[in-house]
Amino acid sequence: MPEAAVIRKPRVLSRVFSAVRLPVGDPFAVVGLVIYALFIVTALSAPLIAPYDPTEILYTENYDLASDLLPGEEGHVLGTTSLGRDIFSQIVWGARSALLVGLTAAFMVAFIGSIVGLLSGYFGGWVDALLMRLADVAFGIPFLPFVIVISAFSEPSIWNTVIAMALVLWRDTGRVIRSQVLSLRSRGYVEAARVSGSSDLKIILRHITPNILPLSFLYGSIAIGWAILTEASISFLGFGDPDAISWGFMLQDAFNSQALARQAYHWFIPPGLAIILVVSAGFFISRGYENLLFPKLGR
Amino acid sequence: MTTLLSVKDLSIAYKVGSNDVVAVSNSGFDVPKGTIVGLVGESGCGKTTMARALTRVIADNARIAGGEIAFDGQDLAALPEAKMNALRWRDISFIPQSAMNSLDPVYRVEYQIMEVLRDRGGMTRRAARARAAELFEMVGIDKGRLRDFPHQFSGGMRQRAAIALALALNPKLVVADEPVTALDVIIQRQILDQLRTLQRELGLSVIMVTHDISVVAYTCDRTVVMYAGKVVEDCDTATLLNRPLHPYTMGLKNAFPDLKSAGSGVLTPIAGSPPDLADPPDGCRFAARCPFAAELCRSTEPAPLEVEKGHIVACHRASEAAQLRLEASKPQTWEAMA
Amino acid sequence: MSDSLIEMTNAQLHYKVGNSISAMMGLPSTVKAVDGVSLTLKRGESVGLLGESGCGKTSMGRVLVRLEQVTGGSARFDGKEIGQMKGAELQAFRSRSQMIFQNPFDAVNPRYSIRRTLEEPLSNAGIKRGEWHDRVIAALELVGLGDPEQFLERFPHQLSGGQLQRVVMARALILEPEFVVADEPVSMLDVSVRAGVLNVFRDVRDRLGLTAIYISHDLALVRYVCERTIVMYLGRIMEDGPTEDIVHAPLHPYTQALVAAVPTPHVDQSHAPLPIGAGAPDPRNPPSGCVFRDRCPLVQDRCASDIPQPRKIGTRLVACHFAGS
Ligand SMILES: Nc1ncnc2c1ncn2[C@@H]1O[C@H](COP(=O)(O)OP(=O)(O)OP(=O)(O)O)[C@@H](O)[C@H]1O
Ligand SMILES: Nc1ncnc2c1ncn2[C@@H]1O[C@H](COP(=O)(O)OP(=O)(O)OP(=O)(O)O)[C@@H](O)[C@H]1O
Ligand code: SF4
Ligand code: SF4
Ligand SMILES: [Mg+2]
Ligand SMILES: [Mg+2]
Repeated sequence: MPEAAVIRKPRVLSRVFSAVRLPVGDPFAVVGLVIYALFIVTALSAPLIAPYDPTEILYTENYDLASDLLPGEEGHVLGTTSLGRDIFSQIVWGARSALLVGLTAAFMVAFIGSIVGLLSGYFGGWVDALLMRLADVAFGIPFLPFVIVISAFSEPSIWNTVIAMALVLWRDTGRVIRSQVLSLRSRGYVEAARVSGSSDLKIILRHITPNILPLSFLYGSIAIGWAILTEASISFLGFGDPDAISWGFMLQDAFNSQALARQAYHWFIPPGLAIILVVSAGFFISRGYENLLFPKLGR
Repeated sequence: MTTLLSVKDLSIAYKVGSNDVVAVSNSGFDVPKGTIVGLVGESGCGKTTMARALTRVIADNARIAGGEIAFDGQDLAALPEAKMNALRWRDISFIPQSAMNSLDPVYRVEYQIMEVLRDRGGMTRRAARARAAELFEMVGIDKGRLRDFPHQFSGGMRQRAAIALALALNPKLVVADEPVTALDVIIQRQILDQLRTLQRELGLSVIMVTHDISVVAYTCDRTVVMYAGKVVEDCDTATLLNRPLHPYTMGLKNAFPDLKSAGSGVLTPIAGSPPDLADPPDGCRFAARCPFAAELCRSTEPAPLEVEKGHIVACHRASEAAQLRLEASKPQTWEAMA
Repeated sequence: MSDSLIEMTNAQLHYKVGNSISAMMGLPSTVKAVDGVSLTLKRGESVGLLGESGCGKTSMGRVLVRLEQVTGGSARFDGKEIGQMKGAELQAFRSRSQMIFQNPFDAVNPRYSIRRTLEEPLSNAGIKRGEWHDRVIAALELVGLGDPEQFLERFPHQLSGGQLQRVVMARALILEPEFVVADEPVSMLDVSVRAGVLNVFRDVRDRLGLTAIYISHDLALVRYVCERTIVMYLGRIMEDGPTEDIVHAPLHPYTQALVAAVPTPHVDQSHAPLPIGAGAPDPRNPPSGCVFRDRCPLVQDRCASDIPQPRKIGTRLVACHFAGS
């Protein structure tokens, strides 16, 4: 075989890689990526970075409760809460819950949405009708109230919140992927595979899925921001998991302790800022990524 | 007649692993203003590569390895991409061989045509819509079908939409890669007539890649024959068909079925396959399949020479062409090579 | 075993188009791509299918390989209704009938190497892996791709149009099917290669008894491989009979125009205008009566009211009220 061994990677493969490639051409997306990098590093190395256990009630050297310390006092970078917990450590650990919530929700949304989109688009007929009616129902559900209700009625835990979100958010992913599959299904090579006797499963896995992965990825990445924001709102409203330290929980804690009235900015601004930063960074990235996937039609 | 496009010594190489596949090698030809030039040759001989190089839409493993493409006083081979892009559609347009694939499946056909008209032609929405309808009429598609999605078109309709798009902004030069392959003879005739009308009225020039000798005979003023990455013959179409000088061109004629002459005898193919372009032979590239190959042919490459006025050929035995034509018209001559 | 392999009886394929809004506005909601076609193909027969762009040739082929199901009438393969096959029967049908797709640039997965493309049908048909390589090579050689090893690891965009078209053809022939719909199979091949490939077609037909529908706009080529020719217009069959007769003495006015328009490889051919204008009517809104009537030079009043049914004239079936008279 003369050339077999030396063939370069096909352009199409690199096109897919370019879809999964990071949107470094867009300045907003770059800022987003930097924020995300910091966020992920923080979340992963939380135990190393955080000086204290975020739930530990701390005491000063004089054995007084270390409550309501201002930033810098007694070596607490961001001060402490009314219960004497280290705010900086809570922010750091909060990053970890946010990442966990974001990633799980993203994965579930992308996964459920892709499966629904694939089945619905590929098989059409009653499968499609059924799944799309379900999607309509999901579209009819008001997102936040639904998540609140589910979280309130089930055991308060981050996971229930994540599942509740996934139950609603798959609809967008599902629809978009379905329409993509519809157009892929009529591509010549998919029909050719059918004529040469490939099973539906094989066609879906080999010929269709590789083309929708970038889309699943995009919608998953959009879901990260939503999930973090929602989890924060739920916790802030008090339906969250009381044992998990999250940014939303911190806000709620601050709110209940009248931090706002007492102008304890050091308590509620950091979690608020963290949420805003991470969520908007996420949206910048997905927007850049979307432009990369769907460049404006033009030639 | 002034020359609109002049290709000189052009070489284009594809990088395949560590090898260079030189798909077009030191070749050139001229397109006088207002003429239709045919580009013919065996499958894989580099016609598409040549056509794409002229519009600089080349594959990303391809590179212009040398030569120049003079168009209207500019060298397209060296033009910065931004300037080249400004020429596309308005001065040079391209109908790809994969024309049936060239529409985006996600948008309606009308939207895609109007996009070009408005973006590149600066037309208003209303003018663009009217022009789109006019273009569809030109290529024989009911304008009510402008609002279809590409997958609702038949193969030939998609090809015609691509032709319409290429003519949209009245370019000076249309590079058309097998534009009428999927069309029935009646529509084919309509489109070829349309091109000739535009040629006459607006001085349109066309480079038409095709394998169909009858399309060449019907439409092209001049014809360029390529073999294995080289131009081997280049002259006006009548001379090419009646008095070809290159043995490959002679062979082509035998393989072409002619409905209007009697008998459905067996077609005589040119046996064998073209050389590997990653490692072309010394001497004449056609030698392995040429019934007239001589000693010299295998060692020395024949240079393209203008043997008669306006008739360029690259063959050592061009001076004996009259005799060779006689032998080439007998099927046995070619069968002996199989 | 009956000697007919394919039977279509009054087969229809109407594509749904538009949406509920256009339907409310009274716009037509179907494209009648195939509209009442009846024909029988004997085993081992090669039939040419000719007709204007958009007249439904590909659609008819798609019905016969079950990419589409008839919306009316019936289409049978070896006595079985194609749309109703299931399970093992369908699986067997998939290796007995194949299609060579019209657009080679879309017919192969851009992510698949040529080798993988050709191995797919082999794997589906349960052929032992050990045989794959040799069969792939043999199929590529059959379609005239000399030195096939050099193509195996390439990807579709690294091939020329004609090379790709032959890969598509090789994929269809690799399982040695009984029936092939060849949709413009050699449209991108230059004449010298084409002659070789057409000879292969003739050879396969004679050797394996292949039954084939050969869609093309090129009458000269149809004549070279098919003893019988069918001419379609706007979803219907206009004329059906021995190729030689159709070439020499077309009976239907549309066929006459078609034959007259065939260009010749000579420079001195006539540039006289054609007997009919170009541009078929919209298949969403076909004319009443004879679908050809708005372009027909022989049209009379009756053509607008009565649909001409295929009539036997000599060796042929012709759908025209006045042909042959
Ligand atoms: N991207 C690529 N990478 C490597 N080789 C390529 C690439 N594109 C084309 N080739 C090779 O270069 C040669 C010339 O290809 P080209 O497409 O120019 O042929 P062509 O004359 O247009 O043929 P056809 O009539 O079949 O379309 C062929 O042998 C082809 O396999
Ligand atoms: N999926 C579809 N939805 C709606 N209309 C369709 C669809 N596919 C084809 N058509 C229409 O059906 C008619 C017949 O199409 P078909 O592809 O069978 O034509 P064809 O004879 O093969 O033409 P060509 O020679 O141009 O390929 C055309 O008018 C076409 O636009
Ligand atoms: S140079 Fe020799 S081998 Fe080449 S075409 Fe002429 S006669 Fe044939
Ligand atoms: S039936 Fe009438 S309109 Fe139709 S082809 Fe015959 S003469 Fe023409
Ligand atoms: Mg080409
Ligand atoms: Mg077709």
